[in-house]
Amino acid sequence: MRYLFRPPADDAAGLLALPWHQPLEEWDQSLLLDVPSRGISRHVVRFVAVEDRVYALKEIDERLARHEYALLAQFEAEGLPTVSVLGICVDRPDDQAAILVTRYLEYSMSYRWLFSGPRGGRSADQLLDTMVVLLVRLHLAGIFWGDCSLSNTLFRLDAGTFAAYLVDAETVERHPRLSPGQRRYDVDLACERVGAELLDLQFGGLLPEDVDPIEVAEGLPRRYESLWEEVTREEVFRTDEQRYRVAERLQRLNELGFDVGEVELRTTEEGTRLRVETRVAEPGHNRRELFRLTGLEVRERQAQRLLNDVRAFRAYLEQKSGQPVPETIAGHRWLAEVYQPVLDAVPEELRGRLEPAEVFHEVLEHRWFLSEKAGRDVGTTKAARSYFTNVLPGTPQELTTPSVIAGRG
Amino acid sequence: MASIEMKNIVKQYGDGFPAVNDVSLDIADGEFMILVGPSGCGKSTLLRMIVGLEDITSGDMVIGGKRVNDLAPRDRNLSMVFQNYALYPHMTVFENIAFPLRLAKTPDDEVRRKVEEASDVLELKEHLERKPANLSGGQRQRVAMGRAIVRDAEAFLFDEPLSNLDAKLRGQMRTEISRLQRRLGITTVYVTHDQTEAMTLGDRVCVLRKGKIQQVASPRELYEQPVNLFVAGFIGSPPMNFLPATPEGNRLKTPFGDIELDEKRAAAVAGHDLLLVGIRPEYFEDATLVDEAKRPVGSTFRARVDVTEWLGDSQYAYIPYDAPDSIRAQLRDLSKELDSEELRTQAIVSIDATSRIREGREAEFWLDSRKVHVFDPETGDNLTRDAEAGAELTRLANEDRLEQMEDSHAGSRADEGQVRTGGATAVGS
Repeated sequence: MRYLFRPPADDAAGLLALPWHQPLEEWDQSLLLDVPSRGISRHVVRFVAVEDRVYALKEIDERLARHEYALLAQFEAEGLPTVSVLGICVDRPDDQAAILVTRYLEYSMSYRWLFSGPRGGRSADQLLDTMVVLLVRLHLAGIFWGDCSLSNTLFRLDAGTFAAYLVDAETVERHPRLSPGQRRYDVDLACERVGAELLDLQFGGLLPEDVDPIEVAEGLPRRYESLWEEVTREEVFRTDEQRYRVAERLQRLNELGFDVGEVELRTTEEGTRLRVETRVAEPGHNRRELFRLTGLEVRERQAQRLLNDVRAFRAYLEQKSGQPVPETIAGHRWLAEVYQPVLDAVPEELRGRLEPAEVFHEVLEHRWFLSEKAGRDVGTTKAARSYFTNVLPGTPQELTTPSVIAGRG
Repeated sequence: MASIEMKNIVKQYGDGFPAVNDVSLDIADGEFMILVGPSGCGKSTLLRMIVGLEDITSGDMVIGGKRVNDLAPRDRNLSMVFQNYALYPHMTVFENIAFPLRLAKTPDDEVRRKVEEASDVLELKEHLERKPANLSGGQRQRVAMGRAIVRDAEAFLFDEPLSNLDAKLRGQMRTEISRLQRRLGITTVYVTHDQTEAMTLGDRVCVLRKGKIQQVASPRELYEQPVNLFVAGFIGSPPMNFLPATPEGNRLKTPFGDIELDEKRAAAVAGHDLLLVGIRPEYFEDATLVDEAKRPVGSTFRARVDVTEWLGDSQYAYIPYDAPDSIRAQLRDLSKELDSEELRTQAIVSIDATSRIREGREAEFWLDSRKVHVFDPETGDNLTRDAEAGAELTRLANEDRLEQMEDSHAGSRADEGQVRTGGATAVGS
C-alpha cells in the first residue's frame, strides 16, 4: 500500500495505524465516528477521529482519487471554499479502490439538516443564494463542477449568514476559462440535482410544506444568471459620474461576497467603460486583519463583526487611560479579557454546537437585543450569561461538531 | 430521434492547438457510432461539441437537420447517460426515473406512461415501487438509463461510461447498452479509448488520431481493411504484427520467409524499397496442424519460440524477429502513440490450443498470405487495402442493423398487444 500526504500533515501520522487493507465497509465500528447523514454519495464514506481531529474517508477508483486529490489541493491553495484534502491511500490489497482522506469541515451543516424541520422554509432562499455564490466563484476560476448538488455542498454559519463549500470534486474539470455552454450545462445539472434532492426530502416527509422543490429548482438559473451578470458585466457611464459609480460597483460586489482584484477604466466615445476583475478567492481583508491582531482564524463576516468589537474595546481602553493604545496591544488584551472569557464560560454540555466565533457573534447580537430592551448597555458578561441560559440551549444537539464529541471520548 | 451531421468541425484552443481538426462525420438516425482513439485524439472534445460544452471554432454541427452551433446544451435535447447519476433513497424506483419529468411539470398520466414504457424496456417493472437501496449494481445503472429514456432525447451520448466500473459490471453493462440501443433505435454516440468496447458495441466506429478522422467504418471493415498503419495497429487484440519486408517481384522478403502476393497487390507495392507487412495473429498456425487443402494459400517458415501462452481454448506463441533500426524506431513510436506497451519486434502468433510447440525451441509455422496487408512505412498508408471489399462489409453491417431494428420494433408492437390484453383481464377479474 502507498499513502500520499500533502504537507503540512503532522496529523497524518496517527492515521497510518488504521486498517487500510480492509474494505471501508468492514472497518470496526469502534474506529468510526457516527456523523449524521451528509447527503447522498455513490461511494462508501466513513468518518474517523484521530487525536480529536475528524476525517472523512471515501472509497473511490484510484484514477478519480488522484484527480480529486490534486484538484482539492489546488483549490485550497487558491483560497477557494472547498474541503481540505489530506491525502490518498492507493495500491491496497486485492485490487481494492483507493481511499481519499479529507479533513472534516468542522461546524458544517448538510442540506438535509438545514432543509428539514421548521427552519427549512426560512433558509431555503438563503441556502440557494449561498450555493449560487459558490458556483459563480468556481466558474470564475474556470472550474466546471459537473455535479453541483446540495449533497456535494456543505454550509457553515458566518455571522448569521451562510457560507458554502465544495465537498466533492470527482467530476470537476479545470479549464483556463469556461465556455458559456459549460456554465449553462453546469447550472442545468445543478437545477436537476437540487430539484431531485428536495423532492427526495419531500417524499421522505422531511421538507417543510411551504418549500416547493420544483419552484426552488426553477429559480436557480435566474439567481445564477443575475449574480454572474453582476460580477462580470462591463458598464459604461459618463465620466463625471465615474467616481461614485466605481465606488458603488465595488461596494455592491463586496456585499455579494466578492473581492475585486483589478479595476479597469477605459475612456471611450460613449463614456467611461468599467471592467472589474473579480477575485476568485473568498474575500479576506477582515479575516487577515483579525488574524494579525489576535491570531484568530474565522470567516470574513465573523471577522468583520469581531474587529468592530476590538475597535470598540480599544476606544474604551484609550478613554480609560487617557492615552493612545496601539492596536496590537488592544487586540491582545481584547482576546484575553473579552473574547476568551466569553468562550470559557460556555457550559460544557453546550460546547461544539456553534463555532466559537459564531458564539461570540451571537452573544454580541444578544447583547444588543438586551441593551435595546433595557434602554442601556448591559455589557458582554451579562449578555453572555443570558445567552448561555436562554438561547444557546435551543441550538439542536445534533449540530455538535464531531471533533468535540470525539474529544469527550 | 435524429441524425447528427458534422461538417468540417474544428476546435482550436487559445494557444492555437487544434484539438479537433476538420472533422466531417454523418451519424444516421438510429445509428450507434463509436468515437475511439488513444488519449488526446480529440474524441471527447468532439462529443463535448455535440453536447454544447465546447464552443465550435468553425464548421457546422447539425442535429435533426437543425444547425445547433449556437444553441445552449439543454436546447439541443440530448441525453448524457450515466453521468454521475445519483439514486435518491426516499424516492421509489418509479420516482427515481420520473423526476426529470416532474421537474419539467409533465402531467401525471404522461409521466406514468413514459416511466412504464422505459421500465418495460429496462426490465425494471417489478421494481418500480421499491426503494433503490436494495437494487443490484446493474439495476442501479438501468435506473440511470431510465432517466435518459423518459426525456425523449434526440440522441444518447456516452463519455467513457464504463471506465470506473469493475470488470464484471463492465461486461454486463456493455451488453445492456447494446441491447437497449437496439430496442429503442435511438441515435447514440459513444466515446471510448477501449478498442474492444468499440468493436463490440458500434454499428460504425470512427477512429481518431490527433484530432483527425482516420477511418469511419463497421468494426469488420476496420479489422479487415484498415486504411493505415495506425488503424491497423489500434484495432485488434492482440494487435496486428508488423514485419519489415522488401518486395521482389510478386514476393515479399520478410524475417518469416517469403510471402507471395497476388498480382494486384504485387502491383500496388511495386517501387518501394522497404515496407511493413501487417499480419494478424490468427493468420498464423502451427504448420503441423494445417489442413492440406489450406496449405497452398500460405507459406511456411521456421522460427524459435520465445514464450508460449496456453489459455485453454486458445494458445499464443511469441516470436522475436530482427528489424532495421528505422523500422524499430517507427514501431516504438506507434506503440507509444497507441498507449500500448507491446514491444513490436516480437510477433504474437495464434496457434491451435492442441499445438505442442514448446518455448525455447524452433518450430515450423504456416501463415495465410491471402489476408496480409502491406504498409508504406513513411506515410503509414495501407497499400493493399481493398476499398470495395471494405465498403461491402460496412454495407452488410448496416443491413443487419436495419433488420434488427425492424425486428425489435415488431417485437415491441407484439408486447404492446399483450399488455393491452393483460389489462383487460385485470379489469374483468
